[in-house]
Amino acid sequence: MTTTSTGTPARVVDFDDAVARFDPVMGLEVHVELSTATKMFCGCATTFGADPNTQVCPVCLGLPGALPVVNEGAVESAVRIGLALNCRIADWCRFARKNYFYPDMPKNFQTSQYDEPIAFDGYLDVEIPGAGDSGEPPEVFRVEIERAHMEEDTGKSTHVGTSGRIHGADYSLVDYNRAGIPLIEIVTKPITGAGERAPEVARAYVGALRDLLRALGVSDVRMEQGSLRCDANLSLRPRDDAAQQSVPFGTRTETKNVNSLRSVERAVRYEICRHAAVLDAGQAVVQETRHWHEDTGITTAGRPKSDADDYRYFPEPDLVPVSPSAEWVEGLRATLPEPPAQRRRRLQQDWGYSDLEMRDVVNAGAVEVIEDTVAAGATPAGARKWWTGELARRANAEGREVTDFGVTPAHVAELDGMVGEGRLNDSMARQVLEGVLAGEGTPTEVADARGLRMVRDDSALEEAVDAAIAASPDVADKVRGGKVQAAGALIGQVMKQMKGQADAARARELILERLSPPE
Amino acid sequence: MTETTTPAAGEELTRLTAAAMADRLTAGELTSEQLVHAHLDRIERLNPVLNAYLRVDAEGALATAREVDAARAGGEQLPRLAGVPVAVKDIACTEGLVTTAGSRMLAAWVPPYDATVVRRLREARMPILGKTNMDEFAMGSSTEHSAFGPTRNPWDLDRIPGGSGGGSSAAVAAYLAPLAIGSDTGGSIRQPAAVTGTVGAKPTYGGVSRYGVIALASSLDQIGPCARTVTDAALLHEVIGGHDPMDSTSIDAPVPPVLEAAGTRDLTGLRVGIVSELTGEGYQPDVQARFDEAVAQLREAGAEVVEVSCPHFRYALPAYYLILPSEASSNLARYDAMRYGLRVHPEGVDRPSAEQVMAASRDAGFGDEVKRRIILGTYALSAGYYEAYYGQAQKVRTLIARDFEAAFEQVDVLISPTAPTTAFRIGDKAEDPMAMYRNDIATIPANLAGVPGLSVPAGIAGDGLPVGVQLLAPATSDERMYAVGAALEARLAAQWGGSGSVLDRAPDVSALVDAFATTASSADREVTA
Repeated sequence: MTTTSTGTPARVVDFDDAVARFDPVMGLEVHVELSTATKMFCGCATTFGADPNTQVCPVCLGLPGALPVVNEGAVESAVRIGLALNCRIADWCRFARKNYFYPDMPKNFQTSQYDEPIAFDGYLDVEIPGAGDSGEPPEVFRVEIERAHMEEDTGKSTHVGTSGRIHGADYSLVDYNRAGIPLIEIVTKPITGAGERAPEVARAYVGALRDLLRALGVSDVRMEQGSLRCDANLSLRPRDDAAQQSVPFGTRTETKNVNSLRSVERAVRYEICRHAAVLDAGQAVVQETRHWHEDTGITTAGRPKSDADDYRYFPEPDLVPVSPSAEWVEGLRATLPEPPAQRRRRLQQDWGYSDLEMRDVVNAGAVEVIEDTVAAGATPAGARKWWTGELARRANAEGREVTDFGVTPAHVAELDGMVGEGRLNDSMARQVLEGVLAGEGTPTEVADARGLRMVRDDSALEEAVDAAIAASPDVADKVRGGKVQAAGALIGQVMKQMKGQADAARARELILERLSPPE
Repeated sequence: MTETTTPAAGEELTRLTAAAMADRLTAGELTSEQLVHAHLDRIERLNPVLNAYLRVDAEGALATAREVDAARAGGEQLPRLAGVPVAVKDIACTEGLVTTAGSRMLAAWVPPYDATVVRRLREARMPILGKTNMDEFAMGSSTEHSAFGPTRNPWDLDRIPGGSGGGSSAAVAAYLAPLAIGSDTGGSIRQPAAVTGTVGAKPTYGGVSRYGVIALASSLDQIGPCARTVTDAALLHEVIGGHDPMDSTSIDAPVPPVLEAAGTRDLTGLRVGIVSELTGEGYQPDVQARFDEAVAQLREAGAEVVEVSCPHFRYALPAYYLILPSEASSNLARYDAMRYGLRVHPEGVDRPSAEQVMAASRDAGFGDEVKRRIILGTYALSAGYYEAYYGQAQKVRTLIARDFEAAFEQVDVLISPTAPTTAFRIGDKAEDPMAMYRNDIATIPANLAGVPGLSVPAGIAGDGLPVGVQLLAPATSDERMYAVGAALEARLAAQWGGSGSVLDRAPDVSALVDAFATTASSADREVTA
């Protein structure tokens, strides 16, 4: 009766094989929690992490008699999002009731928008890394936006018991703090033509959307906190290179609540492989929702979802239509931030990065954080080095974001400054970063605590240099003879003797000084 | 120091109009505490049989009364109706006081907040006597669908007081309150007013905040005053009306000057239209006769009366019975036993799921009429039926609104009988929902179009029961119906003599109640013997 959290792995086909024979079609639905101070239809606070059921009132609890009032700030955010997604903005639209029973939905209908969304018919150009490792320029893929509409979030159910789901739970707890938080649902048109790059496109789209929403300042876009949630619809159709667009779509599945960029890519990839296996076996794909399991990297069946799901939508009679004036909309258009792609080109120029370097930065999802780090005083080169180096490696290995490890732009700027001042050398700086990652404090605190500081006293260094020269007379002779690169071995000895706490550049200077050919 | 009054003097007090009570309070001839006591005494005697009130808040009403008296004694400037008691239909949330909407589902529900209309009564410093009976969730035209027993018509205890707001109208008609709050979705203020010989107004949609009033059909519901005179209704209308930021559909404009209009006597130059679709066939002959006499009175008061046609009104009833259940099915979805209200564990189920608890609770908590309308509405909104039912009904609604617009290009006010019949007997239409629905034929168009309507007494039919006429005005021109209603009321009063109230000609309700109690207890004795 109870299902385990991971379920049973399904048969899958190798990805390359799957995409060689099938054309993936995706539809991405992203829910964004707006960072308005108050809820969509009442004055309750929206603070994340408050004690359960402390941010509620008659309206968001759906008490008898309570009525909604639209949060104008949320409408403004919705319009700005629509404009940033190159959408048309409705000059008149209504809310609608989506009727279904669920304990975390106080009114047993969700106030949403149905056939009259506030924004529709847009697109977002997303960049996917150039193919291969040779630094090809990024490829631009246009994702068409069907609509962006306003709605309210539901409460949050916690099912207590072994199953962790509503079925088989001993009891369930509901926190209505989240009920009524403003959401914008952004729905793409079917994404076709991505072929084997479909998983990357999905990830790039959600990433680009996240960057855009962050730049708009309308949401915290924290996937791990659920303020940005992605449902990925996927279907496969046979490949027919002659007339691919005329091949009808296959049956889709909807993988719910995929909550990191990496998971979006993995989930789409997994579903492609699974669908292919189902189709290969001559079976029909079941139209259903799927649950994504981060730990095992697979999806399991959720509830059946038919096109005939009947939510009995009708226009919300408790609200008046929203009719943004053209003037207001144009005023909001003027507040839009620079489009992310254009911004990236500008930043690349400002920072003096090569195309390859910029590609690494984009792939690491580090554009914003480098911008913040440079603003905090770091050199562009230093900022890039740290964020795309150790932190990116770690993020990639753990399937997380570079900003997930407790290292802030201020930390990196401080670290970069310490290197620039000559207080730390490179290997010491790496150790300091480890300390920061371990939660030992700021770079200065870590360096002090660990006693990491380059020796500035030349006398100790000079002694070490002399000792190294004395110990390796043959190497010294080579250097004297003009083979400057041989000095490296001596520098190594000096650094070893100094236990790493020396400025390698200064050691090199001293060695060359002493071994310069007589004039 | 408690002020006392003799029972007879108390009876006299309850017969004053609200305006007269306010004047005497202001003049210091009367205290609010005396007034409240007088009403509480009468409620105690008559309500056990009438069942107009579901709950009486003696303590709360007296506390407000004493505060008002003290404030007045201290020379404080008070609102006009300060100290005048009022009853509230049990559909409006009252903080700390059980609010049931006439349903078992909410039999013990105590709202944590006041409806805006209740807050305005408190701000006007009016003692709230209690909560009045109603058809469950305001679905009905007789108050028989209350989960807590029917209210009896003070004119004839075997008859219905109208519905859904039969409790409020019966309370006002039986002098158990000078004023009451009602709600009108398809006639629930006006039809009870007509069949109890009282005055009831449904303001323009959005004229009075719906915040905190338990929703039946959001696009049709409107809150309004119940009273014994047009002036009293206007006084209460001005207290409760006006913009409320908590209700998005509330009109952001001042309350129409209804009180001033209630002083109108001369109708010279006013054009009044008889709605041809709302007279004649289907109307009880003496209802039609009282209506015709009322029209004659308006002519004598100087009005120019013509007949106008509103051809789409014939589709009003079917459109209404699609829109109302559709919205209601959604509005009533929240009663699922999860957060508040009745919770029933299904029998024979060891560990019921949330869904099973919801189903069992809704089955036990809702009465048949509510279930009937939830099923109708759920069906009408379903995929594949939406366009044919809800969609078509909305088109009819637009056509009805256009009929009103066209009519109001020709005339200033429309007139019709309020209800096709006088009060029917309790139980008469219990088995025939369609017959019950047809009772609202004349009142429903106003709700569909959002225009205001007022019912005023027009006299007594051959069966000894009161008849009402309905005046309809264009949206936001509520004052027009008050003007015509006041002029008609004044002319009829002059004709009838006495206090001028049709209620003067009602049987003595105390005697009826005593006789009823005796019969009932002797019947009990016979049964037990």
